[in-house]
Order: sequence, then structure tokens, then C-alpha cells
Amino acid sequence: MSNSQWPLWEVFIRSKQGLNHKHVGSLRAPDATLALENARDVYTRRSEGISIWVVESVQIHATDFDQSGSFFEPSDTKIYRHPTFYEVPDGVKHM
Amino acid sequence: MNEAALYEYVLRMSDDSLILGQRLGEWCGHGPILEEDIAMTNIALDLVGQAISLYDFAVLLEGKDRDHDQLAYLRYENEYKNLLLVEQPNGDFAMTMLRQFFFDAFRLPLFEFLEKSPVEQLAAIAQKSLKETRYHLKHSSEWVIRLGDGTEESHRRAQAAVDHLWRYTHELFYENQHDVELQENGLVPKLSDVQASWMITVQEVLKEATLAIPTNNWKFEGGREGRHSEHMGYILSELQYMQRAYPNMEW
Repeated sequence: MSNSQWPLWEVFIRSKQGLNHKHVGSLRAPDATLALENARDVYTRRSEGISIWVVESVQIHATDFDQSGSFFEPSDTKIYRHPTFYEVPDGVKHM
Repeated sequence: MNEAALYEYVLRMSDDSLILGQRLGEWCGHGPILEEDIAMTNIALDLVGQAISLYDFAVLLEGKDRDHDQLAYLRYENEYKNLLLVEQPNGDFAMTMLRQFFFDAFRLPLFEFLEKSPVEQLAAIAQKSLKETRYHLKHSSEWVIRLGDGTEESHRRAQAAVDHLWRYTHELFYENQHDVELQENGLVPKLSDVQASWMITVQEVLKEATLAIPTNNWKFEGGREGRHSEHMGYILSELQYMQRAYPNMEW
């Protein structure tokens, strides 16, 4: 990364109803404190959240898109992993 | 109640908010980074929002059946009672942040005291504005610290801003007979208490920012009495353009 740019940060926001923080976008900031302030100003202007996480983008390790075949496709043919083959006993309600 | 004195008091606060909001708004689309562009515009809108509430209260006190637009847009320069500090040009980013910091450090304790004022509307406006103002001060303080204690160039620019703006900070604590009257009746805080709190914030933040407080006591004032710097006319011509060109327009 060039020194002329501030580090990139990924922003996660927990909404009022949500239980988990969700990725909403990214921004640039010189440090974590200002990354949180920038996230507040850029991503919560319309009351989108009650909690913010920021993570420096370089700290995130991602799967390789070129290998997504071997990573994800094998599960496509294993429908038995979905719990849809069970007989639900008559006495069980609200399923 | 001391309507005339209170009117002047509230008008000053509204004018401070409006003019500083207008100044900050000039950064819109020109911020050093997108994130800061949005941050400054947010703060500008907070200030304009505060100005609207304060003008609404001012017109009630004045009792002349004017509305907030008439106060904001249709007065002459010498009728505006804002501080010289808030009308100073944006300059570079350091100048804008230092101007903001000196103002926020004043506004926060002022609103904290006013929240307890027996004047209900004023207490309500102060209470609503406090959360915004706390954030404004945090934002400007963080920047003052980073600019002062940053690179050689950012330190030089931040110190130049402190040295230039210091002469306008004295006016934050301007008082006239009306203020004394309001203070004696317990309606508004003593400005000496606000000043003590302001000084503590300024000393703490500038120290952390490795910035020096100027030792000269060269002071400028006049805004509170309607005597403005040469910049004010340009601000008003832009601010008032729509209302003057299209009288009574609303949006």
C-alpha cells in the first residue's frame, strides 16, 4: 500500500433490531478512533445503528475466488445435509 | 421576565450557530477526504438546526410576529450579534478545526449550564443540543491533537491557526448590562464559570497536541455589538441571496 493513503477499514454496524454486526462498507482513516468517528458520520446518519465495529481491511483473510469451486461446490450435491428428510411427528407443533 | 435581555442572549447564540454552520457548509464537496467532507457537513447541519430552534425562541421573545427565516435572512449586518471567531474564513483544514475547537469548547459548558436554566425553552434547546455538541467537541479535539502532534507541516499549520485565532477567543466571554441582569436573576450561567471550563479543555487538548498557547493578549471584539470583520458582508450576501431574490420563498 502506498504511504500517501490512510489505511482502509471495513465497517460493521449492528442495527437496532439486529443481533449481529453486518458489513456495510469501508472507509479510510488514520487510526481506529477516527475510523469509528468517520463510520459514525458516513454510515449512521439516518439512525442505522447502535454499535459500530471497524477492522483494518488488511486484517481480513478471505477465500480465494479462483478456488471457490473446490471450496463451495462439493456441498451443492449433498442435499442430505439439509434437515428436510425427517418425518415430523404429528404431536410436534409450530415447525 | 427580562424579555429584551433574553432576546439578545438567544439571538447571539442563534447567530453564532448560523454563521458557523454557513462557514462549515462551504467545505461541502471540498473536504480533504470524503469522510471528513461528510463529517463537517453533518456538523454544519447540526448547527443550522440549533439556530432554527434558537431563532424560533427569539421570535417568541421579540413578540413582533416575525419568523425564524426573517431573523436568519432579512437582517442587516450590524443586526447580527455573532462572534468574530465564527465568521473568520475557513483557511486550511487546521484553521477550520481550530476555529471549531475553540467554539465547541465554549458551547459545551454553556449548554451544560443552560440545561439547568429556569427558562424552560432555553433548557430544552440546550438539552437537545448537548449530545450534538459533545460529539462536535470530540471530533474537533481529535483533529487538533492529530494535527498538532502529527507531521512537521501539520504542526506548523495548526500552531499558525492557534496563533491567528487566539485574538478572537476573548470575545467568547463578552458581557454587557443585559448579561449581568440575566445572571443576577439566575436565568443564565456566569460566563466566568463557562470560561474556567473552556480554559481547562483548551489547555488539556493543546498540551496533548504539543501546541503552545499564545502569550500575547492582543484581542479583537465587536461581533457581539454588531461590528463585524470584512468577511461578514460576503457571508451574508451568499446566505441571504435566495430570500432577497425570491422574497418569502420557503422550502
